[in-house]
Amino acid sequence: MKKPMTAVPFTETAEQKAKLEAIIAAHKGEAGALMPILQEAQDVYGYLPIEVQRRVAFGLEIPVSEVYGVATFYSQFLLNPKGQNPINVCLGTACYVKGSGQIMEKLEEILKIPCGSITSDLKFSLDATRCVGACGLAPVMMIGEDVYGRLEPSQLEGILAKY
Amino acid sequence: MKSLEEIMAIKEQVQSELSFENNPDGIRVLVGMATCGIAAGARPVMDALVEGVKAAGLEGKVTVTETGCIGICQYEPIVEIYEKGKEKVTYVKMTADKAKDVLEQHIKGGKPVEDYFLKDADGTPKSSLAETNFYKKQKRVALRNCGVINPEKIDEYIGKSGYLALAKVIREMTPDDVINTILASGLRGRGGGGFPTGRKWMFAKASVSDKKYVVCNADEGDPGAFMDRSVLEGDPHAVLEAMAIAGYAIGADEGWIYVRAEYPIAVRRLKIAIEQAREYGVLGNNIFGTDFNFDIHIRLGAGAFVCGEETALLTSIEGNRGEPRPRPPFPAVKGLWGKPTIINNVETYANIAQIILNGAEWFSSVGTETSKGTKVFALGGKITNTGLVEIPMGTTLREIIEEIGGGIPNGKKFKAAQTGGPSGGCIPAEHIDTPIDYDNLIKIGSMMGSGGLIVMDEDTCMVDLAKFFLEFTVDESCGKCAPCRIGTVRLLEILKKITSGNGEMEDIDKLEELAAYIKSASLCGLGQTAPNPVLSTLRYFRDEYIAHIKDKKCPAGVCKSLLRYEIDPDKCKGCTMCARQCPAGAISGTVKQPHVIDPAKCVKCGACLTTCKFGAISKK
Repeated sequence: MKKPMTAVPFTETAEQKAKLEAIIAAHKGEAGALMPILQEAQDVYGYLPIEVQRRVAFGLEIPVSEVYGVATFYSQFLLNPKGQNPINVCLGTACYVKGSGQIMEKLEEILKIPCGSITSDLKFSLDATRCVGACGLAPVMMIGEDVYGRLEPSQLEGILAKY
Repeated sequence: MKSLEEIMAIKEQVQSELSFENNPDGIRVLVGMATCGIAAGARPVMDALVEGVKAAGLEGKVTVTETGCIGICQYEPIVEIYEKGKEKVTYVKMTADKAKDVLEQHIKGGKPVEDYFLKDADGTPKSSLAETNFYKKQKRVALRNCGVINPEKIDEYIGKSGYLALAKVIREMTPDDVINTILASGLRGRGGGGFPTGRKWMFAKASVSDKKYVVCNADEGDPGAFMDRSVLEGDPHAVLEAMAIAGYAIGADEGWIYVRAEYPIAVRRLKIAIEQAREYGVLGNNIFGTDFNFDIHIRLGAGAFVCGEETALLTSIEGNRGEPRPRPPFPAVKGLWGKPTIINNVETYANIAQIILNGAEWFSSVGTETSKGTKVFALGGKITNTGLVEIPMGTTLREIIEEIGGGIPNGKKFKAAQTGGPSGGCIPAEHIDTPIDYDNLIKIGSMMGSGGLIVMDEDTCMVDLAKFFLEFTVDESCGKCAPCRIGTVRLLEILKKITSGNGEMEDIDKLEELAAYIKSASLCGLGQTAPNPVLSTLRYFRDEYIAHIKDKKCPAGVCKSLLRYEIDPDKCKGCTMCARQCPAGAISGTVKQPHVIDPAKCVKCGACLTTCKFGAISKK
């Protein structure tokens, strides 16, 4: 899967920095530690900027390329930050046959961004997701933790206005 | 740490509680709190019930407890009420307000609220799910405890004879006895391949090594499948117990569960279950006072479909890019960190304890000649009852769709069912009476897969469906081997060409030729099965491909480039609604005169069709 590097400049708090150091220290020496470290680091920063990947590589004494290789292999590792309200539209089979493709198209049209990117005010990011396992409610999208089911394209403007 | 006697005592006590022995007026209220339930709003229902019971001072009499997936997704949130000597009562599509009514009228007043019952096809209310067609044809083995026990309480699992199979295995059976029992049961891998589980265990036991591993594949990635999630959310201890049994059988002391990070509730419940099992001493050192040690770790996936393939899964646990490796050597010889390893799927493990307790014959008495036991399917798509169903092997697709699933909604016609996700194929109407088992499905060009079963009606375009699955595989191909990495992209390009109206007849031959190369030359199961959706739709729906290519028409009216929207001048009243809705300004006409769509400007968004009150607009 293609993963564009982010254009958002890297910033961090002292607290984030300390947490990352603690995470690396806690897992160092453990077999197969890289994935859990990246998962926890992403919880701290919200994504995996290259600066964080470099520090993980340095901490584990492995090449940055290996860290970058893992970070780009798995779809849950993000090289771009998420919007304040991340939108995920389920494109699993059940939702797809019930019209989630049209839901995605309508959202792209309203937000004026393609799937996989973030609005310039950082308010919304739009992504497709695989089955969220709520097939009985198809088609489904999630905005943050909120789940919206049995969607019609006409409802979307109203839903987005709530955020 | 509990002794076997203490575990037996817990079992007795829980069973007497569940049968209301010392509390004849007791009421047990279960709220379905798996992902579907919570997504549909079960949390406020649960809160309303707990608070209501507290406010009424009924805590001694009424217990409100959460449970896993009850199975019938689109009726969530579901509440079930158990009372001594009575059939359980099921309430569907609950809200906090409805919960208050149930509390007042049923729990306090003793009078069930019929309005909130599930209604059968003819509209008659059914007081219990057990009486519906949805349940009658099912046989629950892997899902036996889902929707029945509280998954966050080990005592309730023990109440259902939990961990007694493990005790029996360690105390009374040799590892060979265990393997022979699993072999004799005829259990085959539920993750899709259908390899006999007992043989896998036998190979791993035969491998000599200082260290071996037991791995659970809970990386359920097929779009539309959620069987494993439901088992993990509803009955996590069943998986832990089975892994320990497998450990004893092959001589391993360490287990790993590789679970999708997309399943936060399943992960949380697994963690709770592992903690409780360690506390009770059914995981850890010297289990049941013997010298058998076994512990389990969790590793979270990070969203890569290929990690469902066993060798890729192992590479991922080791902390690397989840790329598959060539087999042989098989994991039973050289697996996790180079040591002999068995990998089984969640649903496979969910059967193990039952086979040990009830015997191989009990298990093999259900099913067909070559496929024993039951199979869980996640039923979805164009079907009235979506949900999780567990059926004996050999049930026909017709029984699943018409009786359990309640048929196709809106009077539409059944076209095909898709099994096996991106690796599988479709089963057309002509094969609807085929008894479902591993070998029959292969014969008709599909596969069992992990259990996704998506029903499609006449509005589904089969070329578009094949394209959908190819888009998925192209995205998920790990890139290690060229046939899969490049071949699937080329397949997708041809499909896009056809669905955009630029197809030529020779494209069909190209699809078939390329598919054969990809199948035979790919490194792992992902690539080897990637062309299946194309091949199976070509096999049964070749006429649709031809319609796209020759007539430039999409018979199901899905492929946009081939659609034409038209206004029927006899029905059009000239209300101008459609012209105002059209984003492209493609509709012209004057008030009270029939309007016309300019096909050159039309973007085929369908806005006019949904706007027209007179049914004058059609797509062709």
